[in-house]
Amino acid sequence: MSVVTTATTTTAPAAAPSLERSAFEPRALRSGLLTAGVWLAALLAAVPLVSVLYMLTVRGGARLSLELFTELPPAGFEMGGGFGNAIVGTLVMVGLGGAISIPLGVLAAVYLAELGPDHRLSQAARFAAKTLTGLPSILAGVFAYALVVLMTGTYSAPAGGLALAVLMLPTVILTAESAIKAVPRITRDAAYGMGCTRTQVVWRVMLPTAGPGILTGVMLAIARAAGETAPLLFTALFSNFWLFEGGQPRVMQPTASLAVLIYNFSGMPFENQIELAWAASLVLVLMVLVINFVSRLIGQRSA
Amino acid sequence: MTANTNGHHTNGATAVIDCKLDHVYYGDFLAVRDSRVVIERGKITGFIGPSGCGKSTVLRSLNRMNDLIRGFRFEGHVHFHGRDVYERGVDPVAVRRYIGMVFQQPNPFTMSIFDNVAFGLRLNRFKGNVAERVERALRQAALWDEVKDKLKKSGLSLSGGQQQRLCIARAVATEPAVLLMDEPCSALDPIATRRVEELMLELKQNYTIAIVTHNMQQAQRVADTTAFFSVDISQGGRTGYLVEVGPTKQIFEDPHQTLTKQYVSGQFS
Repeated sequence: MSVVTTATTTTAPAAAPSLERSAFEPRALRSGLLTAGVWLAALLAAVPLVSVLYMLTVRGGARLSLELFTELPPAGFEMGGGFGNAIVGTLVMVGLGGAISIPLGVLAAVYLAELGPDHRLSQAARFAAKTLTGLPSILAGVFAYALVVLMTGTYSAPAGGLALAVLMLPTVILTAESAIKAVPRITRDAAYGMGCTRTQVVWRVMLPTAGPGILTGVMLAIARAAGETAPLLFTALFSNFWLFEGGQPRVMQPTASLAVLIYNFSGMPFENQIELAWAASLVLVLMVLVINFVSRLIGQRSA
Repeated sequence: MTANTNGHHTNGATAVIDCKLDHVYYGDFLAVRDSRVVIERGKITGFIGPSGCGKSTVLRSLNRMNDLIRGFRFEGHVHFHGRDVYERGVDPVAVRRYIGMVFQQPNPFTMSIFDNVAFGLRLNRFKGNVAERVERALRQAALWDEVKDKLKKSGLSLSGGQQQRLCIARAVATEPAVLLMDEPCSALDPIATRRVEELMLELKQNYTIAIVTHNMQQAQRVADTTAFFSVDISQGGRTGYLVEVGPTKQIFEDPHQTLTKQYVSGQFS
C-alpha cells in the first residue's frame, strides 16, 4: 500500500504549479484597479465631445431645414431666416486659406524634409512654423488686418482667407514634413537607383508615398480654420448679404462666416437668433465631418 | 591618347565595367582602398568578404549611388564602356539608367505591380508598347504567372520573395547594361533565395550582373568570377580592400592568398 503511494508521488510532477486566476493577489488587484482607472479616464475624455454633439443635435437639429441654406440672416425681431451666405463665406474663405497654405506648405515641407534638412534656412523655417502653431489665432487676424484690411480699406473675404492661411500654414508644413520624412530610405534609394532626378524622386515617389500623411495634416488645418472666429472678426467681419450677387462676386466687401454668425447670434436676446446659432454650430460640425470623411475616402483609394 | 583608347578597346571586348578604387571616403573615414575589379559582359561577378569589408561600398560606387551619402569622396575610376562615370560632365542620373540596381531589402514603390515595372519606362519616356514590356520584364523575373491576374494590386501586397522579384523586374524593364545586386537574398527565406538565384542564372544570358553576398555558397552557386575583400584594421580604422579576384572555382579551390584560403574554408567570417 505504502509502496504504491510513494511510486505515484515520484512519477507525478514535484509540485504542480497553480495556474488558477486569483483576483485578490496584490499583483492582480493592482492590475484590476489600473484597468478600471484607464477605462474611467477614456470614458471621461469622451464626455465633452459626446455631450457637445448631443446638445448640438438636440438644440440645433430642431431648426434644421432647407431654408437655413437658402435664406439670409434675419434682422432683430424678424422670424425665420437662415445663414446661406455664411456657409458660402466660410467655404470661400477656408478655400482661399487652403489655396494659399497647402501648396506653399507642402513645397516648404519638401525643402525641409528632402532638399536641405540641416540647412540654416530649414532650421529657421522649422522653428518659425513650430512657434506659429502656438500663435493665438487673434494675432493672425490682426496680421491680416494690418496687411490687407488697412491697405484695401475694407473688410473682405481675401483678408479672411489670408488670416486663415496663416493659421493653416504651420500645421500643413509640419505634418507634411514628417509624412515625407517617414517615407523609408530604401524607397528613396529605389527611386534614385532607377535613375530618377531629384525632382522625379520628389514628385513621383516621395509625395505619392507621403500622400495620406500629408492629407491628414491638411484636414487638421482645414478643420481648425473652419471653426476659427477671432481672426475673421478682424478681417472679414460679417455681412447680411450674399457673397455672390447675380453671379458677380462682391469680393471687397465684409463677408459672413458661420463662426462669426454663431458668435454674433449666440449673444443676442432674440430666441430666433439663438436657435439659428445652434443650428449653425451643428452645420459647421457636420461640414467638418463631411470634409474629413471625403478626404479619408480619397486617402484610402490612393493607398 | 591613342594608346589609352586602344587599351580600352582591348578590354572593351568583354569588360563592361573596369573599376579601380584607390581611396573611397565617407567624411574622414577611409572605407575602401586599392581595389580593382573588372566586370565582364554576360557574366556574374560576386563580391564576397566579411562584414564591413566595403563590398557594398564598391558596388554602390559603380552607379554613383554613394553620391547620395554626405561626405562621400571617390578617388580612382569606374570605366563603363570605356568612359569614367566619375568624369566631370557625367550625369549620375544617366549612369543609373544604364546600371540598374536591386537592393538588400525589397523596396517596391507604393503603387500597383504594373506601375512599379512601368516606372522606369515612363521615366525614360518609352514610346513603345508599355504593357508588352511590363509582361516581358515580369516573365524574365519569373513572376508573371503569379501576378498576371492582379497587376493592379499594390506591389506591397506581395510576399517578400515576390517583392524582390518585382524589384528585379522593375530593374530589367528598362534593359540596363548592368544589374547591380546588393545582397538581394539576405531578407528572403531559402526557397525564395533559390528562386532568385535561378533567376540570376537566367538573366545572365542577357545581362551583366554584379552581386554582393555574404553567403559563400551563394557565390559558388551563381558567380563566374569572385572578388574577395577583407578588412584592414592596421591603420586604426576599418578599411576594406580587395585581397584577390579570379574565377570562382579557383578562388574557392585554389586561392593564391592565405587570407582567402582561411576565409573560404570558414576560419573567420
